[in-house]
Amino acid sequence: MKSILETDALTLTGIDALYGDSHVLHDVSFTVKAGRVLALLGRNGAGKTTCMSTIVGFLPSRAGEIRLFGEPITRLSPEVISRKGIGFVPQGRRVFPTLTVRENLLVAQQKRSGLDKPWTLGRVCELFPRLHERLAQHAGSLSGGEQQMLAIGRALMGNPRLLLMDEPSEGLAPLIVAEVGRTIAQLKSEGQSIVLVEQNIKLAFDLADDCVMLNTGRVVFVGTAAQARRDEALITQHLGVF
Amino acid sequence: MQFWIIQTLNSLALGGLLFLLSAGFSLIFGLMRIANLTHGALFMLGAYIGVTILKFVPNLWLAAVLAGLVVALLGALLERFILRALAGNALGQVLVTLGFAFIIADFCLVMWGGDPIPLPTPEYLRLPLIVAGVPFPSYRLAVIGIAIVTAIALYLLMERTRLGAMIRAGVDDMQMARAVGIPVSKLFTLVFALGTGLAGAGGVIGGPILSAYPGLDADMLPLALIVVILGGVGSLVGAFAGSFIIGFIYTFGTALLPDLAYVILFLPMIVVIAFRPRGLFGRQTA
Ligand SMILES: Nc1ncnc2c1ncn2[C@@H]1O[C@H](COP(=O)(O)OP(=O)(O)O)[C@@H](O)[C@H]1O
Ligand SMILES: [Mg+2]
Repeated sequence: MKSILETDALTLTGIDALYGDSHVLHDVSFTVKAGRVLALLGRNGAGKTTCMSTIVGFLPSRAGEIRLFGEPITRLSPEVISRKGIGFVPQGRRVFPTLTVRENLLVAQQKRSGLDKPWTLGRVCELFPRLHERLAQHAGSLSGGEQQMLAIGRALMGNPRLLLMDEPSEGLAPLIVAEVGRTIAQLKSEGQSIVLVEQNIKLAFDLADDCVMLNTGRVVFVGTAAQARRDEALITQHLGVF
Repeated sequence: MQFWIIQTLNSLALGGLLFLLSAGFSLIFGLMRIANLTHGALFMLGAYIGVTILKFVPNLWLAAVLAGLVVALLGALLERFILRALAGNALGQVLVTLGFAFIIADFCLVMWGGDPIPLPTPEYLRLPLIVAGVPFPSYRLAVIGIAIVTAIALYLLMERTRLGAMIRAGVDDMQMARAVGIPVSKLFTLVFALGTGLAGAGGVIGGPILSAYPGLDADMLPLALIVVILGGVGSLVGAFAGSFIIGFIYTFGTALLPDLAYVILFLPMIVVIAFRPRGLFGRQTA
């Protein structure tokens, strides 16, 4: 019998995904353990965002199965998948620009039973004091870093059982990247299960327990972050770090 | 003097009716990207349903509410069972909503016949209100009041409630709204019901001024389209301003230059489309 620490938060089994005729994900399988951070890495165009899109229900998979804490969520609608407990911080942040910061957070609020410390507007403001100062401001007028914090806060408001983050450090100044990194570390320390897509490999390896690498839509590595970090040949071959 | 006062009030009253019609059209288009071409027909259907209700309940306001509810239910069914299947299929939506408009028009003709049926003005609003010796038609004043109250209520709903924020989130980025758990499908049905219900109630409220007659749908739909294009789709403030602008242009145009009414009506719209494609109050950014 598995202990609670070994529960699978998310399992993908044999996922195939296509945009029209273009076959992007081929037989993708991996598992995210509860309470751990999994880094999903790969070059530009490897299929990381597509993988996120299939999990959150934007792009129904052609074949395969996705389970969240054992429950199948394959091909459900995004609103249902969100209610089942997947929080999503999309690439490019995608905050609601005409809504205020407060409204961005409140529309995403979801109750979940059995939480001792649920996320609320107040707690998100504690996590990101800069958002607290800008609650009445339109999200479209925020800086990139503030929008990223808002996108993360918005996902947390749903009290997700699993948090997906697609390139949260993209296009941010180094100081802000460090702040986002600290936030992810804090969430991890509170037991949040996370899938982290990153181009910033150092950040990813610093935060992640586990690692999956994609190359042209196929899984080419599954292991711990420590293993991946040591393997320079692997990194050069699949991440193309110069 | 009398001419200007009456025409101004007529303009404002028509503006108020246009707002009841176009606010829903605009909300629906803003959230769902559906140009609901049944909107004019639902306004007319509301007026006819009001005629029938008034035979049993002699209260125009109650008739407006009841007709609004019936039309809202019809709108909800149309959205839930037909339009939903056509998401993203603009041509299909145009054909279905236009087809429904024709079906409703025929249905009204069969049910209520071809003669115009005026809806009775409530007793206490029949006599003009006399201010400083000038008579003001009371019913038109009441229509203007209803439009303003409706506008304020809609504004508060959209801007001051969580439900309204959810709808606006859906307008901003529908996919992302779904991904944060906003029940966008339910909002679609709700907004469609609200928008069509307003049109139905508007038909009854317009009844004492316009009557219920075959062709009321075809008279109202283009006006709603112009209002929404002028004001900017999805913008309540735009629908409000656009309604009164068109109310004035149409009323004075037909009174002063009856032969050129349509030129006067469509020319400003064409100018607006050419220079401000998102309307006077629409968001100008992509
Ligand atoms: N909406 C789309 N339509 C068609 N092809 C797409 C679309 N989005 C991404 N792709 C293609 O799918 C592949 C994977 O893209 P993506 O998942 O965005 O990669 P990553 O996030 O790893 O950079 C790329 O070849 C990309 O060109
Ligand atoms: Mg990507």
